Amino acid sequence: MANPGIADNQFLETELNVSAKRTETLFRILFMVMAGLLILPVLIILTTLLVKGSSIISFDFLFTSPTDGMTAGGIFPALLGTVWLVGVALIISVPVGVAAAVYLSEYAPDNWFTRAINLAIINLAGVPSIVHALFGVGAFVIFFGFGTSILAASMTLAVMTLPVVIVATRESLQAVPQAFREACWNMGATRWQTIRRVVLPNSVSGILTGVILEVSRTTGETAPIMFTGAAFFIPVLPESVFDQTMALSLHLFVVSTQVPNVPEALPYGVALVLISMVLLMNSASIALRMHLRGKKKW
Amino acid sequence: MVSAVQEMDQLTRDQNPADPANRVKLEVRDVAIRYGSSIAISEINLEVRKNEIFGIIGPSNAGKTSFLKAINRMNDFDSGMSVEGEILFDGTDIRDVRNVYALRNRIGVVFPLPVGLPLTVYENVAFVPRLRGIGDKAELDVIVERCLTRAALWDEVKDRLNSLGSLLSGGQQQRLTIARALSQEPELLMLDEFSIAVDPVTTMRIEDVLKELKPEMSIILVTNLVQQARRLADRTAFFLDGECVEIGETDDLFSGRVKDARTTDYIEGRFG
Repeated sequence: MANPGIADNQFLETELNVSAKRTETLFRILFMVMAGLLILPVLIILTTLLVKGSSIISFDFLFTSPTDGMTAGGIFPALLGTVWLVGVALIISVPVGVAAAVYLSEYAPDNWFTRAINLAIINLAGVPSIVHALFGVGAFVIFFGFGTSILAASMTLAVMTLPVVIVATRESLQAVPQAFREACWNMGATRWQTIRRVVLPNSVSGILTGVILEVSRTTGETAPIMFTGAAFFIPVLPESVFDQTMALSLHLFVVSTQVPNVPEALPYGVALVLISMVLLMNSASIALRMHLRGKKKW
Repeated sequence: MVSAVQEMDQLTRDQNPADPANRVKLEVRDVAIRYGSSIAISEINLEVRKNEIFGIIGPSNAGKTSFLKAINRMNDFDSGMSVEGEILFDGTDIRDVRNVYALRNRIGVVFPLPVGLPLTVYENVAFVPRLRGIGDKAELDVIVERCLTRAALWDEVKDRLNSLGSLLSGGQQQRLTIARALSQEPELLMLDEFSIAVDPVTTMRIEDVLKELKPEMSIILVTNLVQQARRLADRTAFFLDGECVEIGETDDLFSGRVKDARTTDYIEGRFG
């Protein structure tokens, strides 16, 4: 700073600099506002549900059956039904999805068969859920003869969510460096030994994240279950996978549109419970991912 | 598992040390390696003897790494890589080995950059013994300590066997991969430019380890440090652009008794 005058001259702002800075600020704010807008719907939905629905939430609401033609009482059968549907769907889709992803990531050669499978996954992900519902009716309810049951509904959900599991698993498998596999093969390990001892243990976090995302999506689905296993109202709780069941998502639809004289707080309360389940599972997914990332081994 | 046992027998059949053919561990005849239409290696002929360190020197792109991959039949995993010619391991053409896992098990490999598996130090070394069905903790403890000791690493890691292998320093990790290779009880140890990511002190320690291992196995030492080959190798081959320019006693190569002038040029650092 021996000669401040010269330094100032060197870095004098020109007209061009000034306008570039102004544009820079403008775009930064524009992008920030757009990103900030994302929070808005979430906030509005949550506050509306909380304001209008929280008054009805109680232990009895969660753990008793609906009464008075579903205009009063609780939602226990629907809550339990959703747990059944999601649980059975998971039992079906996770093993199939993980196995398929392991094949695609670890074994599949690059040929027409592999490309066909990948294409099928993309298309499966793009099929609208109501079409899945009709497929479920045709395949599981009628062809396999499961009738309208938890099994048929869960299998429909499983087929619909398979792409999520497969893609999440495949990506987390491929995140494991190839050098680990080659080191194992060089020592005489088979592909499966390598997968079981090195690849899978190091991709568990990604797979679990995919599974939880699947759970939260399955929880809210309505169309695929309404023709295949979920019912408006059933006086008894399901006892096996061959029973029909109530479900939260369908129950929300029913109390919102199909039943007269429902107190205003009831559908909001159902929606609040549903969204809480989803948010809870998403948070669990994030927490798990953070926990496991901390233990990353390379 | 009958076939596996038979092949094991074939690989370790009774060997008469008086028979000169039995002094050869690995014989390579007219081997060419191609990736699609580009040739990585052409017409290599050489033999690696028992209890010798066989050095392979040469600039990058000479086909040294491809050559090691072919010996281990790693080309099975790489559909773009094709290998022609015969590679005989203990007299058996490796292409005829049906139980390729047993073959790879007998060959230890150390890579340029240490690949510590994402496991603890202990589990890295116990990996192969576990694959072999050894589940007894005491037995594994003995193996792990022995292999780490022979790789000159035991003293540094004996108190942290249960920490991750990837937390060790680069030089320690490279010794860990050597310990892991030793847990295979290999008959042939192949090192591919092991000192690239290793400090000079550790390099010297590993070189001492290799000298100690020589009486028990054959060692192929691929190196881009010609002086390393000079220090360690009994015989040395010079690879250049996929061609084996020269094979000879290391002393001959380094004292100018060469058949091809390019060898001396490379050794004396005029190119490469």
